[in-house]
Amino acid sequence: MASLFALVDCNNFYVSCERVFQPALDGKPVVVLSNNDGCIIARSEEAKALGIPMGLPAFQLEQLVPVQDIEVYSSNYALYGDMSARVMATLTQFAPEMEIYSIDEAFLNLTGVAHDLTAYGRRIRLTVKRWTGIPTCIGIGPTKTLAKLANRLAKHCAEAAGVVALTTLPQHDEALAALPVNEVWGIGPSATRLLKSRHITTALQLRQADDRWIRQRLGVVGRRIVWELRGISCLPLALCPVPRQSVTVSRSFGRPITCLAEMHEAVATYTSRAAEKLRRERLLAGRLTVFLSTNRFRDEPQYDNAITLTLPVSSNDTAELLTHALRGIDRIFKDGYHYKKAGVLLTNLGPAHQVQRHLFDTKDRARSQRLMQALDQVNTQMGAGTLRYAAVGLQPRWHRRCARRSPRYTTNWKELVVVRG
Amino acid sequence: MTTRVERVHAPDRFVTCRRPLFLMPVSAGFPSPADDYLEGKLDLNQHLIKHPEATFFVRVTGDSMIDAGIHSGDLLIVDRALEPSHKSVVVAVINGELTVKRLYTRNGKVCLVPDNAQYPSLPIHDAITFEIWGVVTAVFHPV
Repeated sequence: MASLFALVDCNNFYVSCERVFQPALDGKPVVVLSNNDGCIIARSEEAKALGIPMGLPAFQLEQLVPVQDIEVYSSNYALYGDMSARVMATLTQFAPEMEIYSIDEAFLNLTGVAHDLTAYGRRIRLTVKRWTGIPTCIGIGPTKTLAKLANRLAKHCAEAAGVVALTTLPQHDEALAALPVNEVWGIGPSATRLLKSRHITTALQLRQADDRWIRQRLGVVGRRIVWELRGISCLPLALCPVPRQSVTVSRSFGRPITCLAEMHEAVATYTSRAAEKLRRERLLAGRLTVFLSTNRFRDEPQYDNAITLTLPVSSNDTAELLTHALRGIDRIFKDGYHYKKAGVLLTNLGPAHQVQRHLFDTKDRARSQRLMQALDQVNTQMGAGTLRYAAVGLQPRWHRRCARRSPRYTTNWKELVVVRG
Repeated sequence: MTTRVERVHAPDRFVTCRRPLFLMPVSAGFPSPADDYLEGKLDLNQHLIKHPEATFFVRVTGDSMIDAGIHSGDLLIVDRALEPSHKSVVVAVINGELTVKRLYTRNGKVCLVPDNAQYPSLPIHDAITFEIWGVVTAVFHPV
């Protein structure tokens, strides 16, 4: 049976999440800011129409649009993560297999599932909107690349009403002829330049390109893209997440850090978070890197440095990782600079049940595992950060700014949406 | 007192000794007369929430639904996956605001009715932007 994939993509996802709980935002220009309220990472259609570009630094916003004409929100990842889980859970009823591609996109395997694909797509769209309040667009095609293309058409063509199914070859031709080659999934700027030199500027021309030339110049990845455009499925659904190769936790500070004590707090916080991620995925890290840097956009003395430490025994124990991380920071921290950012990177990851100890290792690892388990259990049940190591500081003043974060409507009892009775 | 190893034996790999594997936990002592009748524990989540991905908790402020047992400050369980029907209690969006009322719908006409004689009903017409947000399935009222 010929394969069929659907790509379901949420529209302006972060903004849509805010609108579910604040319906008064419908139809208004709304933007959401990145970590530390730095730059714009989501815009409603109305904000796009005002000419606000993606990635605009927040401080430039008021030069573009009067403050009263636009609603600005800090990112509320607790909310977005939960809403994403709800959307994905809702989608599982529509296909036997699903690949969660990102926080707001999923591929569904629709092979043999429905006769009238457009009607099925409409049903999926309606159900997600009804159950979660999140609007989506759906593209359906015989390959993932064509499903992505169909999804793009669904987003931009008003007549499509949010669903496009590319199932017949004449439909493919029309869609591909109208698509510039750089919009094809997997074709980036340098590939675009290369193709242009051979007069290939549309997706249709790419589909008709010579196999051998493509293989020579764009490799097997390029050939897969061309075959996918031809309707030959080369990219299966990734049903299991790829095992992690590294864990990074790194953030900019809400305000610059100048003293070692505060840098200790920040790095301890990031290390704790990184250790939590390791334990959640049942991994151990064998190598730890800490790094710090000043703000390169400011006209002030610049310094950035990093140090990598190999752990004698791979670990995911917060106390142990803290010792190494703080020791690393002591080695690279220099007085007299305004630090903007620091981070922790854990590499050499291996499964937690395969720890290679050494002859002089005296640490009671079984006991520390039980301690970490208890710590994680308390934090899961009573809220993140309920139990913390003292090194992270009691009232850190460098914490990220999120002045305009909406309430965590779905994950915090004290922040539920209020309805008028 | 030190313990010394006197002799080390190699295992005999040629003799097999079968043992039965019990799939049920076997407790010492008498079997429980309740064994054949054991049921699962009562789970409030399972009882109250039919569509977890579509269920939200909301807080109420105001007393227009007091006759339905919904007091100001109460917690509501709202299921967005349920089809609203005549006389169901719903959370609705009226001109951008979330409100909880009883839904009356007949012959294509819709009216939002409070469960409190002191408040007026709201018939829905074209000038009002109206949308059902979800159906209220339960209310928690602390005593």
